[in-house]
Amino acid sequence: MRDYMKDTDRYGKVWIWSAVIVILCVPAAACIYYNAWPEATAVLKGLLGVAPIFWTVGVIEVITYTPMLGVGGTYLAFVTGNLTSLKAPSALTAMENAGVKPGSEEGEVISTIAIATSSIVTTLVLAAGVGVLTLITPILNSEVMKPAFDNILPALFGGLAVVYVSKNWKLAMAPLIFMVVLFLLVPSLAGSVGVLVPVGVIIALAAARVMYKKGMV
Amino acid sequence: MEFNANSPFLYLVAVGVIVFVLAQSLFFLVRAYRRGKQLGIAPDKLKKTILSTTVFTIAPAISILVGVVTLSKFLGIPLPWIRMSVIGAITYELPAATSTANALGISLSEMITDPKVYTAIAWVMTLGILPSIILPPLLMKKIRGGMLKLQNKDAKWSDLFMTSMFLGMISAFLGMVFADIRNGLAGWIPIFVLLVSALLMAVCGLLIKKCNMKWLETYAMAISMVGAMAFAIVITPVIL
Repeated sequence: MRDYMKDTDRYGKVWIWSAVIVILCVPAAACIYYNAWPEATAVLKGLLGVAPIFWTVGVIEVITYTPMLGVGGTYLAFVTGNLTSLKAPSALTAMENAGVKPGSEEGEVISTIAIATSSIVTTLVLAAGVGVLTLITPILNSEVMKPAFDNILPALFGGLAVVYVSKNWKLAMAPLIFMVVLFLLVPSLAGSVGVLVPVGVIIALAAARVMYKKGMV
Repeated sequence: MEFNANSPFLYLVAVGVIVFVLAQSLFFLVRAYRRGKQLGIAPDKLKKTILSTTVFTIAPAISILVGVVTLSKFLGIPLPWIRMSVIGAITYELPAATSTANALGISLSEMITDPKVYTAIAWVMTLGILPSIILPPLLMKKIRGGMLKLQNKDAKWSDLFMTSMFLGMISAFLGMVFADIRNGLAGWIPIFVLLVSALLMAVCGLLIKKCNMKWLETYAMAISMVGAMAFAIVITPVIL
């Protein structure tokens, strides 16, 4: 039964290492074609501005999302990106609707199907959008539409919260109260929410462990 | 070769990358679908997963397209198109471009014409995100092993463990919505949007359970999300 998982891991590794080569080829191709290699110091200085925070978030995301998304889902989601705003919610919702548990092989299958579908749809929407970009840019950039895109995370997490928090309100209380208070006290943290995900996870786990030991959940 | 951020060559590179991403996604989709059938999951359920995810993905995908539009003002279309189709997210790409531009002392208010600036930004975007793609294959065995051990040792705690992880993640994002509350009524907009999304989801849940509208399950997430986004469009000009 575990052969599917083993194969998924093997194929996943082949695909993800190929993806590493493909994404490195993009800047390399531009450099070679235009014979324009940038100054190493410029790249290093640019990296210095973003790498410390994004490398940290990268490590955190891998550790947090891998158990939720399963093997195939993880290999695919980390290549196609937009994890928090799209891939993780779609995998979680799909598993919830299908009544399968993350970590089981059924969960693995449903999560992979959701992430693959989501990646394909996103890629196709982007390709179609790029094709008619001059036509739709005024609409996408309009002041009228701006609030919709500015509020995509609350619009997404409100619905998700109802599904998960209502079913597990005891487990949700501690991390939820902590996070709301934290953001009320230190609003500037909103920019580094990626780093706070594991903080929320640790608080949720600690509270769950205590309640489990006391037989409250 | 004269540089142009929208050159046919760069479009060609973009198409190559996009074909790769589609191929990988299709490969995993087909394998998982076949395995699902073998495991005895009803084909209807598998199809429903695909349909519901498709509907749910469209609104976020359009917001990702907005990211392409933002970046295309100075990077042209092909590079943002590539970055947003593979591992990218606007929350990362924009700071990466800005950081490089600052290092080079240039402005991003107009289209980049210097190929060296362009390639410097492309490298920073690529190298800055690399750990996210290199780490999963390196850490997979350890993480999977840990999860299996947990499942075998104490199945109930393992379930609670997973659920708590989701809740921890969701909590961080729910908390973030409250960050702007001190900016007056405008800071409340995200909270109102969150509440409308939650309300729509609750109504969908009631209809599914009480009125036996099972079909709604497929669209509930998309309805609450798009509904709340539409509400944001209506309420923002009223408040501001």
